[in-house]
Amino acid sequence: MSERTPLYDLHRELGARFVDFGGYEMPLHYGSQIEEHHEVRRAAGLFDVAHMGILDLEGPGTAAFLRRLLANDVARIERDGRALYSCLLAEDGGVLDDLIAYRRGEDRYRLVVNAATKSKDEAWIRAHAPASVRITRRDDLGLLALQGPASPTLLRRALPGPWDGLRPFAFAEERDLFVARTGYTGEDGFEIAVEASALEGLARRLLAAGARPTGLGARDTLRLEAGLNLSGQDMDPGVSPLESNLGWTVSFDDPERDFIGRTALAEEKRAGLCRRLVGVLLGRRAVLRHDQEVLDERGRPAGRLTSGGYGPSLDRGLGFARLDEPLRGPYHVLLHGRAEPLELVRLPFVRRGQPAYRPL
Amino acid sequence: MNSPPSDRRYTRTHEWLRAENDGTYLLGITDHAQSALGDVVFVEVKPAGTTVEAGGSVAVVESVKAASDVYTPFAAEIVAANADLAQRPEVLNQDPYGDGWILRLKPADGSDPGAGLLDASSYSRSLEDAHD
Repeated sequence: MSERTPLYDLHRELGARFVDFGGYEMPLHYGSQIEEHHEVRRAAGLFDVAHMGILDLEGPGTAAFLRRLLANDVARIERDGRALYSCLLAEDGGVLDDLIAYRRGEDRYRLVVNAATKSKDEAWIRAHAPASVRITRRDDLGLLALQGPASPTLLRRALPGPWDGLRPFAFAEERDLFVARTGYTGEDGFEIAVEASALEGLARRLLAAGARPTGLGARDTLRLEAGLNLSGQDMDPGVSPLESNLGWTVSFDDPERDFIGRTALAEEKRAGLCRRLVGVLLGRRAVLRHDQEVLDERGRPAGRLTSGGYGPSLDRGLGFARLDEPLRGPYHVLLHGRAEPLELVRLPFVRRGQPAYRPL
Repeated sequence: MNSPPSDRRYTRTHEWLRAENDGTYLLGITDHAQSALGDVVFVEVKPAGTTVEAGGSVAVVESVKAASDVYTPFAAEIVAANADLAQRPEVLNQDPYGDGWILRLKPADGSDPGAGLLDASSYSRSLEDAHD
């Protein structure tokens, strides 16, 4: 049985079409996901992300524990009120999930994790945490994302507070509100945590201020164009972050830091990567699909698409492909029986509303 | 959702066919079909002049969600595609029974264009039954 977020009734009222995602009944779109996509690139969209998990960790040794738990190094967070993206790895280097760690104090952190994996993540974290670290799953909070270039103006109007002028990946808290300048669209924007009971009221204020309700359909094409992986789809426990285009998020800088998965990743680096994740782009308006096979010039299998779709901002088919190393392009996919050439690109495809890709 | 107009016939695979004065038929997909597909990204129609058997595919509608074949219920020749859809595929979502028509068909000699098709009320009932 699917769960619902506190905004379910509001979605119904707004005419949402629903889809199951991560065990939740979530809005897919409210009429047209392509229009919603353009609205986020052009102005501002509001997303219900209350299905995601929030874990608060605090107590002596929390920072040290996170330096062991996460592939990225929380010691790189310069000060309280700043955040860091990281993978959560298994011992063998497989990606259990990705998350954002927010530093609220010396030994006080908040982790925001994905919906489908939140219970597993919590169990994993508890199993590895020392007794001095107190872990609280914050199901009493709900999460909204306000994304798009008009977000700062709109937030200032609907919800004035100390978050005005935050830098990217910074956050501020006031009473029960937690506002971070983070997101999953490649646009400016905010993610806002508030008591679940206050979520609908806040959503209505942001909608009244001009944000357009935006569903998971647009969220997927926005994050694809932004070159952002979806946990469980572009990466999972069977692959490492190095073969998921996330090498930059793994910090080997401190040789003393023995994070979970380090030995396996160091060995993988030494041996050389077998596969890598790249952006792929079609030359025309079309739709790439998850799990399509990528073929080399002689028609031999060379990898698969981990995500695929139609990118409204580029008006072309695009996606991510995990390809065998060494690369041996040119590559193509078969669409309705016809070979369509794939251009390999460095991600992201789009950033802040503009094409940003470069040939690989 | 728009109810199906009564000036045309329907298939169980959610196409509509409207007889034109010149003996050809316009073919499109129903409001139910476009809604299930979601935003249409492009429509690919087989070239004009192609002849297709009854039940054969005449076009593919590719949406954000899926690629879906469009079938002719009777043997026919493809006369023309709706050129507007190449530029503005969203018209298929916005006006599936009007400007969002997909192609024009000429029934093959000896084919029976009406055979096995549903009228608007039967088609509506078939949708309700499918919901039960």
